[in-house]
Amino acid sequence: MIDALLEPFTEFAFMRRALVGSLAISMTAPPIGVFLMLRRMSLMGDAMGHAILPGAAIGYLLAGLSLFAMSLGGFAAGLAVALAAGLVARSRVIREDASLAGFYLLSLALGVFLVSVHGTNVDLLHVLFGSVLALDDAALLLVAGIATVSLLTLAALYRPLVLECFDPHFLRSVSRWSSPTHLIFLVLVVLNLVAGFQALGTLMAVGIMLLPAVSSRFWADSAGAMIAVAIVAAFVSSVAGLLISYHYSVPTGPTVILACGAFYLFSMFAGRRGGALWGLMPRKHLEA
Amino acid sequence: MKTGHVDGALPAVSFENLTLGYDRHPAVHHITGDIPRGALLAIVGSNGAGKSTLLKALVGELKPLSGRIDYHGHHRNDIAYLPQVVEIDRSFPISVFDCVAMGLWREIGASGGIDGACAARVAGALEAVHLTALANRPVGALSGGQFQRVLFARLLLQDAKIILLDEPFRAVDAKTIIDLIGLIERWHAEGRTVVAVLHDIDLVRRHFPQTLLLAREVLAWGDTPAVLTPVNLDRSRRFNEGVDEHATVCHHDEARETA
Repeated sequence: MIDALLEPFTEFAFMRRALVGSLAISMTAPPIGVFLMLRRMSLMGDAMGHAILPGAAIGYLLAGLSLFAMSLGGFAAGLAVALAAGLVARSRVIREDASLAGFYLLSLALGVFLVSVHGTNVDLLHVLFGSVLALDDAALLLVAGIATVSLLTLAALYRPLVLECFDPHFLRSVSRWSSPTHLIFLVLVVLNLVAGFQALGTLMAVGIMLLPAVSSRFWADSAGAMIAVAIVAAFVSSVAGLLISYHYSVPTGPTVILACGAFYLFSMFAGRRGGALWGLMPRKHLEA
Repeated sequence: MKTGHVDGALPAVSFENLTLGYDRHPAVHHITGDIPRGALLAIVGSNGAGKSTLLKALVGELKPLSGRIDYHGHHRNDIAYLPQVVEIDRSFPISVFDCVAMGLWREIGASGGIDGACAARVAGALEAVHLTALANRPVGALSGGQFQRVLFARLLLQDAKIILLDEPFRAVDAKTIIDLIGLIERWHAEGRTVVAVLHDIDLVRRHFPQTLLLAREVLAWGDTPAVLTPVNLDRSRRFNEGVDEHATVCHHDEARETA
């Protein structure tokens, strides 16, 4: 039993790299997801995942299977879409979700157009769906670097970010942090999706950002506790996904996200805050 | 009020021929006057009379169409504002204590810690609104009236020189109103300037020495008994809030200059 859990990591360097990469992503993407959810922007992560895809494709078409070019392309495309959507929303004619939908669909169509014109390519598909078992040094450094920057920024930005979610009006009335906080947060979202797509692909990266975050609300009553739960859930799911995919020879990225999804279903059932199980076993109410 | 600074002290805020509005249609039309320091002023008027618009302009959310507001050296940090429609996400996982503690933002900023002294002040503010027992509950567990008390406790900690309240007693029961009025009178006694948009005329008569009766333009402004006369209230009620889509350009200022 212990062997089955440890042996893949002691035997194979690529499994150890995958473990380190997963840990780094699990430390940073879920907290971002918690704030996305608390800002009621959960679906924005998905939209941004799509927005990044064409950027990575352009990077690939220009420079081949280059980590740097594809990351930069993805980052630029994601940031352009997020900022454009944010700026249009500030004009108050349409809301941010509507303007984001507009821009990400445009970006996605452009990406599909580019890929189609230049012919499909197995390598490219491989990259779009991630390759956690093929993380090289450069990719690991990139993921770890993004994780470090994100965590430090989140720590520095924590209070304004909480207020921007909870009572943006108040934040605007007491300080000038509101707009910078929003913009920096968007940059963090894009950065983390870029980190995630190295390992999980652009589409699966959204899963590790949001599934643990959404699950955490069933267990915790404060933003800090939710972040802690989400990080632990993401890491445990990553390890479980890696082991299952190793022992049963199934694709790694989707397995990791399916493990996150299993935790989500479990949380809905057994979560201490509003899980279905507790509704089935009502406890007597208190006196006051 | 409009006679200026009899006692030599600067007013808290002055309006100088101020016009505010949306899409060029004025909601507040050519207002001039001073809010004295330490005033306890009620703003009264029908729906659409420009009451909330005036407060929004005071906190800088709305730029004047013309005219200006003179703050006499007050900064945005000296002004605390309780809007009519709060955009607060009540489902957010935050405790009553943490929510009230954010009233200390001016002192602790984005990253300052909450030390024992700060925590004691937060506890004091909670005590003032009778919410001590609920300090550790999530804000989502509070009733509407209790939540309004939380917002007042936060205002208390903001320690602002000028406090603007937009219909602070909506959906609040009588006992809570009495408690909150007590806080407002405490602010008044401390020499703060308090401006509140209110609909309850009797409440204004009982607790607010000064009143501004607004109907897009100033109907009356001064001591409450002199403002809230039957004649003035009747004029206020007949105020037509409709916007004329074909209104022509206002030449009020040119007319005044040539007069």
